Amino acid sequence: MDMAAMNTEFRICGDRSLLAVYGRGVDLEVNEKVRRMTALLTGHPHHGIEAVIGSYCTLAVHYNPMQIGFQELADLLLNLESSLGKAAVPEARTIDIPVCYGGEFGPDIDFVAEHNAMSADEVIARHSAADYRIYAIGFAPGFCYLGGLDPRLHAPRLDTPRLKVVAGSVGIAGSQTGVYPLASPGGWRLIGRTPLRLFAPERKRPLLYEPGDSIRFRPVSEDEFHHLHHLDGL
Amino acid sequence: MITALRIISPGPCTTVQDLGRFGAYHMGVPASGMLDDYAGQVANWLVGNPANCATLEMSMIGARMEILTEADIAVTGAAMKPQHNGRPCRQWTSIRVQPGDILEIGASDNGCRAYLAITGGIEVPQVLGSRSTYLGGLLGGMNGRMLAAGDILGRGAGTLLRIPRNLPWFPLYPENIIVRAIAGPHEGFFQDHLSQFFSAPFEVTAQCNRMGIRLAGPTIDRDAGAPESILSEPIIPGSVQVPAGGQPIVLLKEQTIGGYTSIATVVSTDIWRMGQALPGDRVHFVQISLLEAQGLYLEWVGFLAATKALLAN
Repeated sequence: MDMAAMNTEFRICGDRSLLAVYGRGVDLEVNEKVRRMTALLTGHPHHGIEAVIGSYCTLAVHYNPMQIGFQELADLLLNLESSLGKAAVPEARTIDIPVCYGGEFGPDIDFVAEHNAMSADEVIARHSAADYRIYAIGFAPGFCYLGGLDPRLHAPRLDTPRLKVVAGSVGIAGSQTGVYPLASPGGWRLIGRTPLRLFAPERKRPLLYEPGDSIRFRPVSEDEFHHLHHLDGL
Repeated sequence: MITALRIISPGPCTTVQDLGRFGAYHMGVPASGMLDDYAGQVANWLVGNPANCATLEMSMIGARMEILTEADIAVTGAAMKPQHNGRPCRQWTSIRVQPGDILEIGASDNGCRAYLAITGGIEVPQVLGSRSTYLGGLLGGMNGRMLAAGDILGRGAGTLLRIPRNLPWFPLYPENIIVRAIAGPHEGFFQDHLSQFFSAPFEVTAQCNRMGIRLAGPTIDRDAGAPESILSEPIIPGSVQVPAGGQPIVLLKEQTIGGYTSIATVVSTDIWRMGQALPGDRVHFVQISLLEAQGLYLEWVGFLAATKALLAN
């Protein structure tokens, strides 16, 4: 399969990390290549490779310079590209994330509605109609960089970030949508909240999803929110 | 677990740290761990622990605590005038303590972070393979937070030393901090200001924590046409990001992905020097090549092994 959008570029990132650049921008094919390379590399092709971190179109490979050199690692990565089709990637899933929209959970939903000249119900309908691909996980534990927000739902960030955003809050910032997995300060426009704990380090599977999966938001009532919240807390 | 310490006053930022959490990057969980891992490892070796045992990392001002077990302890890193039952005691040496003893670690005279190791290591639950506190992610260490007055900490099993140990030298933490760095990964956006970055000193501002250190100095502008931010990419400890405004930030150990361009990356063997930086200190970045940096790494591994061997009496 041909997933190469450009020739791979290898950048020096300190003495113990290499940054492989596979393309530019938010691009499904390039991101799929990152996902497949991650799978190939976590299959331990070389004992000098210590960790891999993928993002939209880049992959950082941490290595031990006593066991593998930069150029040797770059060559190994280039060679692995011919095995992309054989990468043991799990089949991408669509994860259902229940969200209670509006009210105290989504205090900015009316702003997003007015900004895009529609009703709050239409914001909910549009936001829950799409599948959002997870391009990367990072910044905070379990935080997903999602693609695919309806251009009619774009909205600017708050001028002054809130000091505390509750865990599970669903928001919009510019052309991005996402969920805050943990309580933190934040400037996103909040439109709802999920009762699920997306990241729980004590669970056998701490995260509900991985890069390459898609998220679909399912509107739920306040009653269902509290019911699910209770179940998830057990 | 053996009940070991009761915190009477914790100091402004005291956390539990081991060498770090390296298996959870894919979930967005950064390494965390001792910011000065040289001082932290030496503290462990001084009391007969493996390098990766959990220690207490204290920033700027240390903790006052009651000892609840017989054990060996060692305080290394920043000079913080420790007192054992009211009498000054030395750092970089093992000290036998008894139940009821009071240990007080004071304000720093030199350096930013001190480490306290205890026989068997500080015992808190492992989270995703490490005991390190990740403050931003609210996990690890003592329920993901800084220590508070009244906290009681345990220690693991371990053997008391037959003879005290001490390190026959100790590092100084100068106000003029010289760190070596490799250009990139985005040096291509800063061609006009790269030499300025590597020649002018920067001052450490008060905006510094375990995530990063904001510096103040000459404005590092990006070249005409270079983007201010990029699509988020993996970042590593030591990345020197230049956000809008041109004042660099040296990232430490609490982030995996970011959207700013990095003009340079501090070499892995000098990150501990940044971990000892105090507000008002000056940082000079010295540009070296990848091969020079990897040579330093090789030497550093040898130096660590020699230090460990010296302490294993």
